Amino acid sequence: MVKFIVRRLLQLIPVLLGVTIIVFSLMHLTPGNPAQIIAGESATPETVAQIEKRLGLDEPIPVQFFHFVKDAATFDFGNSWRTSLPVSTELWPKFWVTLELAIYSMIFSIVFGMAAGIISAVRQYSWADVSVMLIALFGLSMPNFWLGLMLMQWFSINLGWFPPTGWGSASQILLPVITLGTSGAAVIARMTRSSMLDVISQDYIRTARAKGLKERVITYRHALKNALIPVVTVIGLQFGGLLAGAVLTESVFSINGMGKLIVDRILARDFPVVQAGILVIAVVFVFINLLVDISYKFLNKRIDMD
Amino acid sequence: MKKELLKVNNLKQYFPVKGGFLGRTVNHVKAVDDITFEIYEGETLSVVGESGCGKSTTGRAILRLEEPTDGEIHFEGEDLLALNKREMREKRKDLQVIFQDPYASLNPRQTVGQILMEAMQIQKVVPRSEQRKRAIELIETVGLNKEQIDRYPHEFSGGQRQRVGIARALSVDPKLIIADEAVSALDVSIQAQVLNLLRRLQREFNLTYLFIAHDLGVVRHISDRIIVMYLGKIVEIADKKSLFENPQHPYTKALLSAIPIPDPEKKKERIVLKGDVPSPIDPPQGCRFHTRCPFATEICRTKVPELRNLDHMKEGHRAACHHIEKIHSGEMAVQS
Amino acid sequence: MKEEIILEVSDLRTSFFDEDFEIKAVDGVSFELPKGKTLGIVGESGSGKSITALSILRLIAKNGKVVGGEILFNGKDLTKLSEREIRDIRGNDISMIFQEPMTSLNPVYTIGKQIYEALKVHQGMDKKEGDKRVVELLELVGIPSPKQRMKQYPHELSGGMRQRVMIAMALACNPKLLIADEPTTALDVTIQAQILDLINDLQEELGMSVIMITHDLGVVAETCDYVAVMYGGQVVEYQEVKELFKNPKHPYTVGLLNSMPRHDVDVDELEPIKGNVPSVRNMPKGCRFAPRCPFATELCVTELPELDRKEDGSEVRCWIYSDRWDGDPEVSVRNEERTT
Ligand SMILES: Nc1ncnc2c1ncn2[C@@H]1O[C@H](COP(=O)(O)OP(=O)(O)OP(=O)(O)O)[C@@H](O)[C@H]1O
Ligand SMILES: Nc1ncnc2c1ncn2[C@@H]1O[C@H](COP(=O)(O)OP(=O)(O)O)[C@@H](O)[C@H]1O
Ligand code: SF4
Ligand code: SF4
Ligand SMILES: [Mg+2]
Ligand SMILES: [Mg+2]
Repeated sequence: MVKFIVRRLLQLIPVLLGVTIIVFSLMHLTPGNPAQIIAGESATPETVAQIEKRLGLDEPIPVQFFHFVKDAATFDFGNSWRTSLPVSTELWPKFWVTLELAIYSMIFSIVFGMAAGIISAVRQYSWADVSVMLIALFGLSMPNFWLGLMLMQWFSINLGWFPPTGWGSASQILLPVITLGTSGAAVIARMTRSSMLDVISQDYIRTARAKGLKERVITYRHALKNALIPVVTVIGLQFGGLLAGAVLTESVFSINGMGKLIVDRILARDFPVVQAGILVIAVVFVFINLLVDISYKFLNKRIDMD
Repeated sequence: MKKELLKVNNLKQYFPVKGGFLGRTVNHVKAVDDITFEIYEGETLSVVGESGCGKSTTGRAILRLEEPTDGEIHFEGEDLLALNKREMREKRKDLQVIFQDPYASLNPRQTVGQILMEAMQIQKVVPRSEQRKRAIELIETVGLNKEQIDRYPHEFSGGQRQRVGIARALSVDPKLIIADEAVSALDVSIQAQVLNLLRRLQREFNLTYLFIAHDLGVVRHISDRIIVMYLGKIVEIADKKSLFENPQHPYTKALLSAIPIPDPEKKKERIVLKGDVPSPIDPPQGCRFHTRCPFATEICRTKVPELRNLDHMKEGHRAACHHIEKIHSGEMAVQS
Repeated sequence: MKEEIILEVSDLRTSFFDEDFEIKAVDGVSFELPKGKTLGIVGESGSGKSITALSILRLIAKNGKVVGGEILFNGKDLTKLSEREIRDIRGNDISMIFQEPMTSLNPVYTIGKQIYEALKVHQGMDKKEGDKRVVELLELVGIPSPKQRMKQYPHELSGGMRQRVMIAMALACNPKLLIADEPTTALDVTIQAQILDLINDLQEELGMSVIMITHDLGVVAETCDYVAVMYGGQVVEYQEVKELFKNPKHPYTVGLLNSMPRHDVDVDELEPIKGNVPSVRNMPKGCRFAPRCPFATELCVTELPELDRKEDGSEVRCWIYSDRWDGDPEVSVRNEERTT
């Protein structure tokens, strides 16, 4: 197991390097001279050159990249071009907000998705199954910003049960989490259902029945653990989508998170913040995938450890 | 003298086992490890043995569906391994194959007629204008109805599909047919039909068969000579009568005694082998059978036995065991 | 002395419902199994052997149902039991092993745990006592170093070993009846020999009754006391084993024996049964075997014969043996030249 984890960690290096290259080239591929942007439209060429020198923009690209990687490795992204605050000071509080939103939504997706999927599978073709699958289809096909707007309209504005914006208190958290978590729940429900149905028809389930076990024991002990294997993969993929979805959800509910921050700073061409933001998201994504792989292994002892 | 159609010399087929940090080759599956045999024109040579012993690999290597690791394969005196891709494709006209799962090997979107005509077209054996006529002939030869020529494979039963597979093999007038478990998936009553068909076709068209199977009843019925394989090696090779009535290798004996006889009055002694077949990755040193052999001694663990013919064995009957003499004379016996 | 009958199946019918179509997978199966004996059920694939076995333990798929007949186990009709009652019998009084040792064990649990489960539900054994018994059972079925093996996962064992584990699991609660559905079909002959010997030895040791389902007449000859031959979802012949081989009555049984290539004697030409196995969706109306039977008459084509019981306890489903036979009165179903 340890060997496996170490190997997967080593395999992350090229992935992260790739991401870094992309993020780095972002700044150099976009039109306009960064120094000019910092200095402002009316700045003299001397000021611009000075800024260029300060930021190391006058050095050859490979050298710049080397510095960038070195700094990125310690999460030192310099200062924001907009606010001149250190990037990390700007980023971390927002990052936690977004992470919270994503994690709560994920929990929501997993709990509701799996429960619905199991019920559906165990009672295949019953009204419960049919309605769960209908709701799931609905949840999948609805864009989440629209769902967010509808929820806000009904529950916050019409009924006044929840505050329409902000983040922090339980009542503020609920609507955004539903908004962001619904499509994931739908995907997980469908995956759980099909995976459970697949497992239920396996020979070893028949063996379990022939042993005289109760249906409940068969479902939860014998079927579920096997059925989870593909579901876990889907959950991992969902999390990536979740980070992207968070951007929209944050805009709808005016939550001050990373998504909103990145969008704002893209418009303001505040590259250090944008780069750091994207890199952080990429790193989180990659690590989540690693976690998924590990739990996958853990569930599925059949996959050889080496 | 019998004419040698195919000669296989020191054939080896190793498959790499990947592993480690960078997916390097860490080991090899020695699927076929140094086997030599020949097939005479017009005969049926069977290869038997337990699952994974290298039967199919041998067949695939002869057809060059996988490039052998080492060895020589001479067909009518010509070295098949020296041929380039195109020449080999042309040679496939003479070397046809029938697989176990007839369904998987037939294109579901082609009718039987199309399947047969395509085979003829590739090898250009029959002018286009006569292909359909020939296809109808073939269909009738293998015992199907000529009305069935425009049907699709899924409309046939397993036994009928196997007939289609046989018709396809025959369509190019091959000299050698390699049948890999061609009747194994069929029910007994259907299997008998297909076996009879194969025998009839052999007589009619002077075909040579390399017949790969694990069912010794089937093998006894169809073969002239038989090769017994164990873990990638030939352990015994003999004409049918000698093999069934005078087996020499302890593994052959065990194999024969393990098969249940459909006659409740005939009670017999059974040699039950202990344990499983070892893995072909790192097979046992010396005689590969020594881990399960009731006669194994020190020499068996260290020295690889050669195929030998001894005085009490018929000509052409050879077995690879250090102790044939002692076992034959009764000096060595299984204590029970 | 009349033998005690442990299992009596009469006119069992099991159907699957596919949309509105009824697939009669088992359509008239009767046999009896005396205590401590082995009954073989033979037939080609799709003849309904497995469904018969699964019907006994009521393990058929959701869309299937026992639609008729009785299954008396020690006098109790299994078809009438509640879900709870049948659960108490499964794995306890009646156990089953399956054809596919590779897929019949749950890949995510150790074999020890899977065997222990049966001990826990039926005998309420605690873990410690259970582990001891698991080791005993693994030893019983000839698995070396059982203490280590019980901690292994199914993929770490070979096919033969897994089938041994299945047997150990089936034997956990000392069943009175063991149903083995093609237990050796997926295995090599040398391993098959090991497993068949094991089942025979255990039967003698534990006094179980066994139902051995197979398509291999050799296995039948070597392991069974009685045989039921199935064709198209029905039992067509039921006989004591020696009689069946010496004196087969049903034309299908004769055909089966004649089409089997043997490794112990030379046979010049096999005599296959002509035609194909009928599909369950399209069963002949009269005798199921009529389209392939060399003796079929008008009567055979139009009317289905009953499974008729003779005084000696044998049963055969064929018009030849009835008063209404309308073909050659001198007919002999056996081909004399074949007898060796
Ligand atoms: N492409 C391959 N890569 C790796 N190993 C292989 C490959 N093909 C075959 N083998 C291995 O080579 C050995 C011989 O395989 P082969 O298919 O010849 O067996 P066989 O005798 O035909 O068995 P069966 O009776 O099951 O068909 C086996 O251990 C198999 O797993
Ligand atoms: N779940 C199912 N739904 C529909 N038909 C089935 C089902 N299971 C089995 N059958 C049919 O029942 C017949 C008998 O099957 P089975 O008892 O498994 O045959 P075998 O004699 O090979 O064991 C077959 O024709 C099969 O196709
Ligand atoms: S060489 Fe030795 S181990 Fe091999 S078969 Fe002969 S006696 Fe047995
Ligand atoms: S009833 Fe008729 S068709 Fe059926 S087996 Fe007997 S003779 Fe043949
Ligand atoms: Mg093979
Ligand atoms: Mg079956």
